[in-house]
Amino acid sequence: MIPEIGQFALIIALGLALIQSVVPLVGAHRGIPEWMAVARPAARGQFLFLVIAFGCLTYAFIYNDFSVRYTAENSNSLLPLQYRISAVWGAHEGSLLLWALILSGWTTAVTIFSRSIPQTYAARVIAVMGLISIGFLLFILFTSNPFDRLFPIPADGRDLNPLLQDPGLVIHPPMLYMGYVGFSVAFALAIAALLGGQLDATWARWSRPWATSAWIFLTIGIMLGSWWAYHELGWGGWWFWDPVENASFMPWLVGTALIHSLAVTEKRGAFKSWTVLLAILAFSLSLLGTFLVRSGVLVSVHAFATDPARGVYILAFLAVVVGGSLLLYAWRAPKVRSSGSFQSMSRETFLLINNILLVVALVTILVGTLYPLFLDALGLGKISVGPPYFDSVFAPLMIPLLFLMGVGPFVRWKQARASELIHRLRWVFAAAVVLGIGVPLVLFARNTIMVALGIGLSGWIVLSALYNLWSHIQRRRAHKSLAEAVTGVSRGIYGMTFAHLGMAIVAIGIIFSNAFGVEKELRMAPGESVALAGYVFRFEGSRPLEGPNYRSDQGVMTVTRDGRKVATLHPEKRIYHVQNNPMTEAGIDDNLLRDIYVAMGEPLTDGAWGMRVYYKPFIQWIWLGPLFMAFGGILAASDRRYRLAQRKEASQAIDAELNPSPGQT
Amino acid sequence: MSRFLIPAAIFIALVAFLAIGLTLDPRKVDSPLIDKPVPQFSLPRLKDASQVFSSDDFKGQISLLNVWATWCFACRQEHGVLVELSQQQQLPIYGLNYKDERPLALRWLRELGDPYTATAFDEDGRVAIDWGVYGAPETFLIDQNGMIRYKHIGPMTHEIYQTKILPIVKQLQETRI
Repeated sequence: MIPEIGQFALIIALGLALIQSVVPLVGAHRGIPEWMAVARPAARGQFLFLVIAFGCLTYAFIYNDFSVRYTAENSNSLLPLQYRISAVWGAHEGSLLLWALILSGWTTAVTIFSRSIPQTYAARVIAVMGLISIGFLLFILFTSNPFDRLFPIPADGRDLNPLLQDPGLVIHPPMLYMGYVGFSVAFALAIAALLGGQLDATWARWSRPWATSAWIFLTIGIMLGSWWAYHELGWGGWWFWDPVENASFMPWLVGTALIHSLAVTEKRGAFKSWTVLLAILAFSLSLLGTFLVRSGVLVSVHAFATDPARGVYILAFLAVVVGGSLLLYAWRAPKVRSSGSFQSMSRETFLLINNILLVVALVTILVGTLYPLFLDALGLGKISVGPPYFDSVFAPLMIPLLFLMGVGPFVRWKQARASELIHRLRWVFAAAVVLGIGVPLVLFARNTIMVALGIGLSGWIVLSALYNLWSHIQRRRAHKSLAEAVTGVSRGIYGMTFAHLGMAIVAIGIIFSNAFGVEKELRMAPGESVALAGYVFRFEGSRPLEGPNYRSDQGVMTVTRDGRKVATLHPEKRIYHVQNNPMTEAGIDDNLLRDIYVAMGEPLTDGAWGMRVYYKPFIQWIWLGPLFMAFGGILAASDRRYRLAQRKEASQAIDAELNPSPGQT
Repeated sequence: MSRFLIPAAIFIALVAFLAIGLTLDPRKVDSPLIDKPVPQFSLPRLKDASQVFSSDDFKGQISLLNVWATWCFACRQEHGVLVELSQQQQLPIYGLNYKDERPLALRWLRELGDPYTATAFDEDGRVAIDWGVYGAPETFLIDQNGMIRYKHIGPMTHEIYQTKILPIVKQLQETRI
């Protein structure tokens, strides 16, 4: 009964999505306020019914209702409760339902936080989001119904993929989807603005907090995915340039370009048509990512059940949504006038270069990801593009980007002078050179040109970001106390500072762990020791362990340094009962300066094991950086300016509605 | 207007490629070698270079040939599966270690376990070319007459073994009787 309620709720949600998109669009076109007013309640109703549908599916998982095919395929009565809940989005059907739920959640957020936006515009935004929702709900109902029943009812389920039975994976997909789908708001704002022909600074100001919020979630989502890979794949790696990873990274790059470009459009009125294109692109890449993951056109370690019918549907959907948007763009964008002229030496130019670098980085990844597909489609054979390609094209693009990140915040809008910049930053630059050369020598007693360059650039960003913040505070010191000056600086400035520091932290983590990490792979019998990077790893032996739904061999490894005990690590080799898959759980002792990491390979004779032992300096910084970035994003999105603007525009919007000016539709 | 159409044009081209891509299976290569005799070769064995492993060694039994290398990430992923399969002793598994270095390959087998009845050492990868190998890992199913019956590209899993390879093995065993 419960699954049928879920199914029914899903169909009602689809009906509401239809109303949410069609009625307000017609209303906005004809100028009928009552029709436009339908948008908000319809969107909220859709959300309510999707919550019910999602709740019903979750109920089926919690109470082990294996008459539901999707539950039977992805759960098991032995599966612990937290994984029974996360199994709801552990495979294709449920994760799509989550997608739809999150989309509808974002739409509901728009209905709440859009009171300051003119009614026509808000109605169009909500309607566009409704159109996307229709596409996904139809997809779920016709090709991927999570509520399909199974007969005869199996005695037990086939269990959740053991790779997904990890705390990191419980929250990774929802975070990622929040990011992916969050860009639909910026997308809908752009499309509605194109439809209404009103691309102006207020459009950019409304878009900024939404784009930034989506970017925050995507940043965290990608970070969690990488962290999970590091813990669970037992290979010490944290990024594999897998098509699915790239699918999440591409919208992130465009999203990053978008939040910078929106700054220019809001403050200076420039780059309007470019910013709109980025807003369309960010969400389009989210959709493309969905297509690549679900259609099986590319080989990936992320095994989703693939089905040609699904691929055809998503491709058609992609073609309609993205193709339609880009045609609308081609039709409307030429009429958009960018204002705000600027000199070649200005903040605008620096942000333009930032955008170009990010988009070029996106294109290299897109080409690398799709290249095997292109060759295959042209009948030129099958190849795979691996990390060497991505590493070699990506790193050179990051070097100028990191350098500009240090300069950009100091450059004035409209017109700046190079001599002034050089004068202000000369000591920062000198200090960065010293850091680049000195820090690796102090920490690791070694250095190379590439490490010095990378650490120098990171130091450059850190110092200039802090110096920039200090300059902002100093400017307010004239009439105020230090405390007042510190709190007087806008959250936007603090946000930028944190985000840029985060980028430097990631860079430091990548550079140090790559350059100075060491690893050993060897056979270890109980009682044997191995020395690595000043640590002595002693294998005490392994013991069998019984988990809730797996059995495991747990190794015990004592790590000492200079005779003092540092840690006892417990790597595991698990065999999950139902799917009979071996899984590696790495034993890790982490702190901010280094990780020591042990993973078990294969059992050998006499209680010995193949062991992989790693020392990875600074690797935690790779995941610490995104936290800084996300925190910066939160500060920026909650800047006072947006809240004030909302109130001010709310009163203006009311005035405008009371006294409609001619030509406003 | 024209330059604003560029994104749409690029996108249309992309959709065309994706549409073609949908009709193709990236894991499936229609190997021209299926149902053909194995390519003739003779290579030194990995563990003992003085001994030879040749295409004649496949005759008289149904066997698997797994192409691997120590530089191949996916090979490491599948290795545990191969070790377990070899312990079940249903089929002999032969290895073709290609474009690799002997000490590294030997260390790999020592540390991760050796599922192979014998491994041929194809240092410059020439034999792998004859077999149409374009990326490791690949696994071939060879029948008792030395004919290639199936080819799997990518890491071997228990599921692939159960659903794709075993049925063909059963069929082959029945035809022999």
